[in-house]
Amino acid sequence: MFEVLALPFMQRALIAGLMVAFLASYYGVFVVQRGLGFLGNGLAHAAFGGVALGLLLGREPLMIAVPFTVAVSIAIIWVRQRTILASDTVIGVFFAVSMAAGIIFLSLKKNYSADAFSYLFGSILAITATDLWVAGGVVVLALLAQPLWGRWAYATFDRELALTDRVPVLFDEYLLSVLLAVTVVVAVKVVGIVLISAFLVIPAAAARMVVRRFATMTWLSILFGMASTAFGLWGSYLLDLPSGATIVLLQAAIFLACLLSVFAVNFARRTQQGEARQRSAAKARGKEDHPAG
Amino acid sequence: MHAVHTHNLSLFLGESEALANISCCIQEGEFVAVLGPNGAGKSTFLKVLLGVLEPSAGTVRVFDQAPRQVDPGWIGYVPQAKTLDRNFPALATELVITGLHRTWVRRIRATDRNAALEALEMVGAAHLADRPVGALSGGELQRIYLARSLVRKPRLILLDEPATGIDTVGEVDFYRLLERYRTDQKATIILVTHDWEVASHHACRVMVLNHRLIGFGKPGEAMCEECLESAYGSKHHPSIVDLRGRHHV
Repeated sequence: MFEVLALPFMQRALIAGLMVAFLASYYGVFVVQRGLGFLGNGLAHAAFGGVALGLLLGREPLMIAVPFTVAVSIAIIWVRQRTILASDTVIGVFFAVSMAAGIIFLSLKKNYSADAFSYLFGSILAITATDLWVAGGVVVLALLAQPLWGRWAYATFDRELALTDRVPVLFDEYLLSVLLAVTVVVAVKVVGIVLISAFLVIPAAAARMVVRRFATMTWLSILFGMASTAFGLWGSYLLDLPSGATIVLLQAAIFLACLLSVFAVNFARRTQQGEARQRSAAKARGKEDHPAG
Repeated sequence: MHAVHTHNLSLFLGESEALANISCCIQEGEFVAVLGPNGAGKSTFLKVLLGVLEPSAGTVRVFDQAPRQVDPGWIGYVPQAKTLDRNFPALATELVITGLHRTWVRRIRATDRNAALEALEMVGAAHLADRPVGALSGGELQRIYLARSLVRKPRLILLDEPATGIDTVGEVDFYRLLERYRTDQKATIILVTHDWEVASHHACRVMVLNHRLIGFGKPGEAMCEECLESAYGSKHHPSIVDLRGRHHV
C-alpha cells in the first residue's frame, strides 16, 4: 500500500480526499439529522452552474463557483423562511435552475466538454497544489467554526427549544448552509458533482444506525468518511477504477455492514426475549403441575 | 421583588394582535395558572417572558429586568409542543444537561451528569437517565423536560401545558412535585393549562386570557362566570357548569 504514496499525484489525491471526507462527513451529520439529504445534491448542481459560468468567463471555475453556490445556498434558506414551501421543493427549484443555467453557459462557450466533464465526475488524481491550499483553508474554517457544533446540534434536536434558549437559530442555519456550500464546491474537484451527496450522506447515515449519542455519531461519521476515502483511493489505484466511484462503493459497504449489524443485534435481542418468555412459561407450567403446599 | 411585571403589554404577530394591553404583577413565590381558549395568546405570553418574542408596545420586567437581561439560569421552561426530532441520537441525560448549558454537550462531565441525575431523581425519572430520547413515552418525555427545567434550580418556572400525555396518577405526582419545589425553593410558577380543576386546586391566582386580560385573581374570583363567558364565549359549557358546582365559582 505504502509504495503508492511515493507518487506525488497520489499524495495530493490522498490529502485532498481526506480533507474533503473530513468536511463532508462532519457537516453530513447535520445534513442527515435535519433531513436535508437533497441539499447536497442541490448545492452540487448549483456548483455546476458556477463552474460553467467560470468556464464561460475564462476564469478559474472554482473561484466563480464558490460565490455562485454560496449565493444559491443563502437564497434557498431565504425563500424557505419566507414561503410555505418545504425544503425539498425550494432546493428542487434552485437545483433545476442552476443546472439549466450551467447548460446555457456551457452552450455559449465553444470547446468546453473536457473541462466540464472533469467537474461532473471529479478528477482526484489531477489535484493541484492550489486545490490543496483551498481545501486546507476550508478545513481551517470548519475547525474555527467547530465550537458552534453544540449550538447546531441543539437546534437540530429541537429548533423551538433552542430558540427559547436564545440560540441564534436562523443565523446558524445561514452559516451552516454557507459552510456546506463552500465544502461542496471544494469537493466537486475531488469527487465530482454527481457523487458529492454520497460523501455528505452515507458516512453519517451509517454512523447514525449504530450509535445512541450525536457526539459519537459525529466522530464515527468522520472515521467512516476518512477511512473509506483512504482505502477507496488505494483500491482504485490497485484495480484501476475511477477513484470517486470506488470511494462511494466502499462507503456503501460500510453502510451495509452497519445495517446488517443492526439487524443482527435486533435478531439476537428478539431471540433472547423469546427464550426468556419460554423459560418463564415453563416455570409457570411447572408450578401448575406441582403446586406448593 | 416582583417575579413578573407587565404594563400595557401588546404584541402583534403579523397582522393579528396576539396580546393586547396586558398589565399584571406576579409576586415571587406565587403559583399562577393561565387559562384561556386555544389561540388566546397563552404560550405567546410565556415566550415574551422568556425574551423570545419582543413586545410591540408596553413593558415587561422579569425580576425587575428586561427578559433578555435575566440570568437564563433563573428561568426554567417546559415547552408545550414537543418539537424535538425523536430520531436524534440522544440520551435523556443529555436533554437534561441542555438545561444547564443551553447547548448540546460533546462530553458528559461527571458534575453535569450528577446534576442531571439529581433533577431526574426529583421528578422520579432517574431510571430513564440512559434511555434514548426516541424510546421514551409521552409522559416519560414530559418528566425529562421537567427535570431539564429544574436542573439549574430556577427561581421562575414557566410550564406550557406540561401534563399532556401523563397518566392520572403521574399527573397528581407531577403537581405535588411542583408544589414541593415551589415551597422548598420559594420559586414562582406560571402554568399554562386547559385543566380548570388543576388551576383551581393548585394556583394561588388564575389569569384568564383571551388576547386581553379578562380576569386575574384568586381562583374563585378570576374563574367567575362573566370572565369564563367572556373568554370562552359560553357560560353553559359543561366544564364551567361542572366547575361551578364543585368550586362555587
